[in-house]
Amino acid sequence: MADERVCYHQCRGVMMSSPKVNSTQATFLPSQVVKDDESALVSAAKTGDIQAFETLVSRYERKIFRLTQNITQNREDAEDAMQEAFLKAYEHLDGFQGNSRFYTWLVRIAVNQALMKLRRRRTNIVSLDEDVDTSEDTMPREVEDWGPSPEERYQQSELGDILSKAIGDLDPGFRIVFQLRDIEQLSTEETAEALGLSVPAVKSRLLRARLKLRHNLNRYFRRGATT
Amino acid sequence: MKCKEIVKELADYLDEDLDATLKKSIEEHLGKCQDCRLVVDTTKQTIQIFCNSEPAPLPAETRNKLHHALAKHLHHRNVTP
Repeated sequence: MADERVCYHQCRGVMMSSPKVNSTQATFLPSQVVKDDESALVSAAKTGDIQAFETLVSRYERKIFRLTQNITQNREDAEDAMQEAFLKAYEHLDGFQGNSRFYTWLVRIAVNQALMKLRRRRTNIVSLDEDVDTSEDTMPREVEDWGPSPEERYQQSELGDILSKAIGDLDPGFRIVFQLRDIEQLSTEETAEALGLSVPAVKSRLLRARLKLRHNLNRYFRRGATT
Repeated sequence: MKCKEIVKELADYLDEDLDATLKKSIEEHLGKCQDCRLVVDTTKQTIQIFCNSEPAPLPAETRNKLHHALAKHLHHRNVTP
């Protein structure tokens, strides 16, 4: 498990100068620290080894469920999207050439499944491939120090609830970009390709998403906030 | 450089995706402007908190449903010629 934390919880590219949050960890590209047995498991699964595939499922199910839950904001849809993603991945394993990490490939399948659910349920929301208004003034109004590290201040489950609520309050077009770029650690280009957006559109939405999330978290984390 | 321009470049600055000249201008501004420094620091923390967060364990019912469906479909697929 420790290995997996190293694999998937490095903030790729984001400068890690804050002493409050895992500052002792170096920044790795996920592909540099992927678990050694992943390609062997994928190869075994390709030959029909169900046990190997189930090992991969157990390894990623929590992350994939968080992804589908964050996109759909609906538990039933999230469960269905996760299940369909794993089944599709198994069905199409032969088509996985190993040019990317297996997890990145799986994320893209799960995103597609989750987006289908989201669109089916909420036909009136703005389509992800349409332009969303990002021209609104983004200048932050609150400029308070956050004080003690949120990780030290809140219990894990409480922090998890705060983060879920904060991300759930974002518009889908911003939420999904943040999810792929900053949580799943896809590159800007991979995110653009997965969502059918241009690179500038991803960058613009990412900026808005980060600032809006910062705003949503400010009331919990600012110095002097009631815990 | 003005505060508004800092915000505009914030995402690329945090991703270290800026040329050296622009990065230097931003850092000069941050050295003088406490408000922008706080915005940069708290936005950076926002990303790190999400990035470091551990996904919650799957609810038992969700996990059972998933593994039951996988067992059913994968075994069926493997025995079907």
